[in-house]
Amino acid sequence: MDNLSYLFAAYTIVWAVIFGYMFFIHQKHRRLEREIDLLKEDMHQRQTD
Amino acid sequence: MSEKNAVQANILLGLGLALMIAALYLVFIYVPTEESMGDVQRIFYFHVAMAWVAFLAFFVVFVCSILYLWKRVIKWDIIARSSAELGIVFTTLVLITGPIWAKAVWGAWWTWDARLTATLVLWLTYVAYLLVRSYATEEFRGARFAAVLGIVGFIDVPIVFLAVNLWRTQHPTRLVFEGGLTSPMLLTLLVSVAAFTFLYILLVIQSISLRNMETVVRQLKDAQANPGKEQLWTI
Repeated sequence: MDNLSYLFAAYTIVWAVIFGYMFFIHQKHRRLEREIDLLKEDMHQRQTD
Repeated sequence: MSEKNAVQANILLGLGLALMIAALYLVFIYVPTEESMGDVQRIFYFHVAMAWVAFLAFFVVFVCSILYLWKRVIKWDIIARSSAELGIVFTTLVLITGPIWAKAVWGAWWTWDARLTATLVLWLTYVAYLLVRSYATEEFRGARFAAVLGIVGFIDVPIVFLAVNLWRTQHPTRLVFEGGLTSPMLLTLLVSVAAFTFLYILLVIQSISLRNMETVVRQLKDAQANPGKEQLWTI
């Protein structure tokens, strides 16, 4: 590999890991939001029953 | 998230994005190519910036762990855990970009050099921190054990930083503090450090928000199982 290939590999990995981590956080955020809504809905249902 | 918090988050995001674009411009266009190493030297700017952010993240873990053991308030544990996670992400990137540079310049991916080994130990210590925190069967016990590890583990940060002076190593010396950088190189490095610091702040806020949501889920599940019992742990 030449110098530029190493440079390209390094920066590609950096951005892949950072975007991967951001995607992971985003997905987890959405999943938890859905879970909270469902739990709240369920609790509300129980209180009204 | 309140409207005020959303505006603050957007300002931080805008600043972070502007700084990151500026850093990329400086790294790839503005700064001259280093004579002896060539283009591969450009890895240095992000490598050092990420190492700095990892140190900052572990310092936050250290301070919050002391505060948790002292005050026993769960918010310090939440901040420490979020910061440790990011510290590991950035240390992982340091441990990947370093060997890529080393292969091009030294001809070897890895040597058991003092700084490299101390950095690997640092990474393993905080992976252990997260494992202790994640697999503890009892919430507060896990937080206590992890806090102790967060404080003890920080001892390795000054060792990593000073390794190049304490031992004879292959790793380049502390160029920033010893005047080994030209003005354009220093400017590029400082902007990269600022950009990654902003990225760390943004991500740590997101991570804290996630942990708060996890706590809300636990509380709601607990409230379902034990009606009348109430706990508030979020920050």
